[in-house]
Amino acid sequence: MLSPQSIEKIEYELTKYPANQRQAAVMSALRIVQTERGWLSQESITEVAQYLGMPEIAAMEVATFYNMYDLAPVGKYKVTVCTNISCMLRDSDEIVDHLKEKLGIGFNEITADGKFCLKEGECMGACGGGPLMIVNNHTMHEFLTPEKVDKILDELE
Amino acid sequence: MATKTAKSKAPVMTNLKGQTLVCLRTLTEKNPSSLETYIKLGGYSALKRLVTEKVKATDVISEVKTSGLRGRGGAGFPTGLKWSFMPRYFDGVKYLVCNTDEGEPGTFKDRDIIRYNPHQLIEGMAIAAYTLGARVGYNYIHGEIWQDYDIFEAALHEAKAAGYLGENLFGTHFSFDLYAVHGYGAYICGEETALIESIEGKKGQPRFKPPFPASYGVFGKPTNVNNTESYASIPWIMQHGGQAFADLGVANSGGTKLFSVSGHVANPGNYEVKMGTPFTDLLDMAGGVWKGRKLKAVIPGGPSTAVLPASVIESATMDYDSLSKARSSLGAGSMIVMDDTTCMVKALHRLSYFFYEESCGQCTPCREGTGWVYRVIDRIVKGQGKMEDLDLLTDVSKNISGRTICALGEAAATPVLSFIKHFRAEFEYYIEHGKSMVDSKAEPN
Ligand SMILES: Cc1cc2nc3c(=O)[nH]c(=O)nc-3n(C[C@H](O)[C@H](O)[C@H](O)COP(=O)(O)O)c2cc1C
Ligand code: SF4
Ligand code: FES
Repeated sequence: MLSPQSIEKIEYELTKYPANQRQAAVMSALRIVQTERGWLSQESITEVAQYLGMPEIAAMEVATFYNMYDLAPVGKYKVTVCTNISCMLRDSDEIVDHLKEKLGIGFNEITADGKFCLKEGECMGACGGGPLMIVNNHTMHEFLTPEKVDKILDELE
Repeated sequence: MATKTAKSKAPVMTNLKGQTLVCLRTLTEKNPSSLETYIKLGGYSALKRLVTEKVKATDVISEVKTSGLRGRGGAGFPTGLKWSFMPRYFDGVKYLVCNTDEGEPGTFKDRDIIRYNPHQLIEGMAIAAYTLGARVGYNYIHGEIWQDYDIFEAALHEAKAAGYLGENLFGTHFSFDLYAVHGYGAYICGEETALIESIEGKKGQPRFKPPFPASYGVFGKPTNVNNTESYASIPWIMQHGGQAFADLGVANSGGTKLFSVSGHVANPGNYEVKMGTPFTDLLDMAGGVWKGRKLKAVIPGGPSTAVLPASVIESATMDYDSLSKARSSLGAGSMIVMDDTTCMVKALHRLSYFFYEESCGQCTPCREGTGWVYRVIDRIVKGQGKMEDLDLLTDVSKNISGRTICALGEAAATPVLSFIKHFRAEFEYYIEHGKSMVDSKAEPN
């Protein structure tokens, strides 16, 4: 069951579209449910599709097409590092190596305590601030150095 | 939601020397993103004048044509001309869409507009809506810049509360609702018809054109799509006149342009300068090549534009004609700077992975071609390349171009062809020795 908080947020998104176009809110509905539950299970996607009155398969297509949706658990904190060209020129490799060593995991792996997951990302539209990473999709940290990464991770409960 | 205020916590660029601010004009002020700041600088006055004086749509469009404004999303299509394609009379809702999905590596200019000067974009879209008769608008924002999405959405609530959006604006019959919507990690949604599909809640696969969005856009209705910077230029044009905007730039390139400068410069960031500014001036503004190193190459407009060696770009000016004469393109103004420690093979390796990863998979030449190109460059980087691979790469890339539904195919081919053309010796060295020509030269940081 979608939580009342999620429903309230989805209802707000629905105000942006004509009443007969509920499917248009699927991008934000999936984002809202994922943010609340950490990742999107098959049931979560089904619930979103039912709430919006759209075919399940259509919601599934959206969830699989856009790469910020997670269809498997990602730990408590998903750390996504951009390694595309502008960030690469600012030595994103150093940040990636540091993260891998500090967390003891590679890309697409989760630490044993379930706290962190590391992902490689494509350009995040913030290349002037590279190297950079986002935590749980919505919090961006720019101009990273290994020391700054340590500080950010240490502050995450 | 309405309690949030539009305020960016990010440090504001303070070194404005040499810049001419149109889209980022609020940067001279303390609180650039606030409504008060924007109004203090004359914001929303153009919208109010046009709407209350009932200025004719054709007059607005001809002013935009005079300005020489060309679409800032990459293709450089004249904005005034695009606006004239929207059907004047239509029985139903027409839509306006703003493309803030920038996800082409090296492009981050629209982000600064929505976080530092959101109201100018809102006013620009409202003027476009008035002119084109659009009742509803969407600004589609790249998913990863979430904090900036929040800033823009807060600005929308502010504008509505202040009477610049919503029903019967300024006591007239003009009504316009504008909403923020977001992507969630798909570069292809920057392509306008993929973006429209995404707004409709579908996977972002480009549509066949024609029909163009002007006749069949959002929910099948007439829709005008422009880039963020294009819309954000409009209020200034309406305030100061199309000619004044044209005069800021050079022939065929009216106005100012935001350049996103990234890579090996001392101060990466956005710089808004007059069209026609010499490349070397822009490079100086960004602090020059970092660490006292030498310039090797520049991608002037984002990876879908051809890379240029230092000797060529150094004599170019930043405008449409000069860069096309140099056999590249202004693109979205995403200038990626590479110093002499850059391995061009590895740079192309990363770019080819990007296009392979982001191909939406609809067209065989793009889906298969981008994967093929990536695998060939990957084996070169792993020391298993063959000399014939260079011709193979050229051949495959040429066969993607022009055979696809959208321009991503061509965008994927451009770096391959231009990197090999200008830096062939480096690719040959890599293939012959199984390692990079520059690795041995590069000093440790
Ligand atoms: C693969 C691809 C990605 C694109 N990405 C963007 C983008 O991020 N932002 C943008 O404004 N235009 C992008 N475009 C161009 C749009 O399709 C469209 O031409 C543009 O938004 C129109 O606005 P303009 O005329 O104001 O430039 C992209 C095109 C392609 C083929
Ligand atoms: S060219 Fe590539 S990205 Fe564009 S529609 Fe075809 S497969 Fe999709
Ligand atoms: S290349 Fe890393 S954010 Fe654009």
